[in-house]
Amino acid sequence: MDYLQYLRKDKMPHIWCDGCGHGIVLKSILRVIDKLGWDKNNIAMISGIGCSSRTPGYVDFNTLHTTHGRGLTFATGLKIARPDLHVIVVSGDGDATAIGGNHFIHAARRNIDISVIIYNNYIYGMTGGQVSPTTPGGKKASTTPYGNPDTPFDISRLAQAAGAAYVARSTAFHVGKMDRYIEQAFTKTGFSVVEVLTPCPTSYGRRNKEGRGVDMLMYQKQNSIGIEQAKGKTAEELKGKYITGVFVDKEQADYRQRYDEVIKKASKLNK
Amino acid sequence: MEIPNPNIHMWQGNVACAEGAIAAGCRFFAGYPITPSTEIAEVLSQKLPAIGGNFIQMEDEIAAIGAVIGASLGGVKALTATSGPGFSLKQENIGFAVMAEVPCVIVNVQRGGPSTGLPTHSAQGDVMQARWGTHGDHPIIVLSPSSVRETYDMTIRAFNLAEKYRIPVVLLSDETVAHLTEKITIPDPASIEIIDRKKPYVSPEKYLPYQIDETDIPAMANFGEGFRYHVTGLAHDETGFPTNNPEKIKAQLERLNRKIQRNRNDIVEVETFETEDMEVLVIAFGATARSARRAVINARESGVKAGLLRMKTIWPFPDEEIEKIYKSVKKIVVPEMNLGQIAHEVEWATRREKPVVRVNKINGEPITPNEIYESIISQG
Repeated sequence: MDYLQYLRKDKMPHIWCDGCGHGIVLKSILRVIDKLGWDKNNIAMISGIGCSSRTPGYVDFNTLHTTHGRGLTFATGLKIARPDLHVIVVSGDGDATAIGGNHFIHAARRNIDISVIIYNNYIYGMTGGQVSPTTPGGKKASTTPYGNPDTPFDISRLAQAAGAAYVARSTAFHVGKMDRYIEQAFTKTGFSVVEVLTPCPTSYGRRNKEGRGVDMLMYQKQNSIGIEQAKGKTAEELKGKYITGVFVDKEQADYRQRYDEVIKKASKLNK
Repeated sequence: MEIPNPNIHMWQGNVACAEGAIAAGCRFFAGYPITPSTEIAEVLSQKLPAIGGNFIQMEDEIAAIGAVIGASLGGVKALTATSGPGFSLKQENIGFAVMAEVPCVIVNVQRGGPSTGLPTHSAQGDVMQARWGTHGDHPIIVLSPSSVRETYDMTIRAFNLAEKYRIPVVLLSDETVAHLTEKITIPDPASIEIIDRKKPYVSPEKYLPYQIDETDIPAMANFGEGFRYHVTGLAHDETGFPTNNPEKIKAQLERLNRKIQRNRNDIVEVETFETEDMEVLVIAFGATARSARRAVINARESGVKAGLLRMKTIWPFPDEEIEKIYKSVKKIVVPEMNLGQIAHEVEWATRREKPVVRVNKINGEPITPNEIYESIISQG
C-alpha cells in the first residue's frame, strides 16, 4: 500500500526520535484505514499533548490537537455532533491516564463510539523523561532519580473495568497483532482501546540502561506473553512480562444508540 | 375568548438563557452540575433531545468545554454553563477556543468567591477572570444581562457574535438575574436574526483555515466537509499547522486580537438613562444596574441630576461610550458586587479626571438602590 496517500508529506520529518516506536503504531493505523477503505474526509483524528499527540499533524484527515489530556472530551463532542465521522483518538500514557484519566474512564463507561490508540512508553517523553502513571516501580525517570516509588496503572485492565466494549494490548514489536487489534477496534461500535507498548530509548531506555530502540523491541519480543498463556501463572512468574492480547470484546449498545432512545422519548413527550 | 399569546412567559433568568440558546440554533449542550447555573442544564436536558439536539452531562467542567469545542468543530452550535469554580476550571480550554478560533458560548452565572465561596448568593467578582482568566494575550467578548428578557436576547447575541467573529463568548450573568423570575414577551421566532459562521468558498486545496485577509476573520470549514485541515492550540500559521516562525506567529496573534478590536463598535453595547443633563454618572451592569436605575430616579426626585450608563457588553470595555458622556459630570459612581473591578477600568477610561466613587459589596447580598442613592447625593 501507499502510505504517502495518508501522510502530509510537507510536515516531514516528524519529531519522533531514532528508535521511538510511535512511527510503527502510526503505520499500523494507516494500514488498517487503507484496508477498511475509509474516506479520508470522514476520519477525524484527535489528540491531547505529548509525543504521541503529534500524530494528527502528520496525517491527511480532519485533525485536532487539543489540550493536555482532553482529547477524548473534544472527541466526545465531535462524535455526538457528527456521528457520521470515524473518530480516532491517539494518546500517550501520561495524557490518557494521568491528566486525562477521568475522561478516559468516563468515555469507556459511556461506551461512546470512539477508538483510542494509546502509545504507552511509560514516560513523559516530550518534556524530557518524567515519571508517568505507567512507569514500572523502581524505574528511573528525570523526576524519580532514586527509582519510582509508585505502582503503575495497567491501562488495559483500567479500560476493561471502566466498561469499554473492546480492549487489546500489543507491543510495537508485534506488528501483526497490532494491525489485527486496531482493525477490530476501528470496526467495533462502542468505545475501543488498543494499548501499544512502545519503546522510548531517549527518555526511558537510556536512563534505565535498556539499550537502543532495537534492543527495547527485542526485549518486548522476548518478554511478552499472550493473555491465554498468562492464565494460571502466578504473579511471580509474570513479573516483568508484558501480557498482550484481547482483554475485552463485547457487544453492547453504544452511547448513540442509547441517546437516540432518549430523543425518541423526548420527542413524544414534548409534542 | 382571547387566544393566549404563545410568546408570553413567566421565566427565570436561567430558563430564558436555555430558551435563548435554542432560539439561537444551539443544538449541543455539555455541562456539569453547579449552583447557581444548573437550571440551564436541566432545561436543556429536557428540551434539546425533543428537537433532535444533544445534551450531555460530562464528568467534569473541563470535559464540558472540551466537548463544546469538539461539537462546534463539527458544525453544531454549542453551549456550556457554569459558575465561579467551574469557570476557573474551564479557562485552559477557553484559551484553546480563542487560539483555534472555534465559536462557542460559555455562561458563567456569578456567585460569591473566591474558591467555593457563596454558592447560592450573588456576586460580580468574575469580571477580570472573564477577561484574563486564560493565559496569554487574547481577545474575548463578555456580555452581561440585567433582566430575564435580556438574558434571552443576549444568549442569542452571544451565539451570533461567536459565529461572526469565531471566538468564545462569555455570558456573564449573576445569581440575582439567573434566579429572578419575570413575565416577559419574547420576540416572534421568525423575527430573530441568526448569524452563522462564514463558510469557505474556495476548493479544499486552496483553503487556508487561518487566512489573513481584509476581514481578519477566516472562513471556517466544519470537520467532515472535505477540507481536512489541522486545528491546534499551538501557535500556527495560515495553514493551521504549528510554526516557530516569529513573523508568522506575530501576524496571526495580531490578527487574532485585531479582529475584535476593529469591530468593537459592533460588539460593544451600552444603554444610557437620563444622561443628557446629568451631574452624577452611575456606571453599572448586571443585577446591580437594576438598583442603579432606581437610585438614579430617586436622586432626580431629590433634585440631583443623576444618569446611568448600563454596560451590556463588558469586554471589550465600553471606554469610548463612557468618553462621550463623562466630561461634564462632577463625579462617577460605580456600584458592583466586587471590590472595584469595573471602577478601576472606569478610572483608566476617564484618566482619573473625575472622582470615582465605589459602592462595593461582597457579602452575597445585592446592592440596594438606597446604597447607590446615598453615594449619588453625598457631597463628600
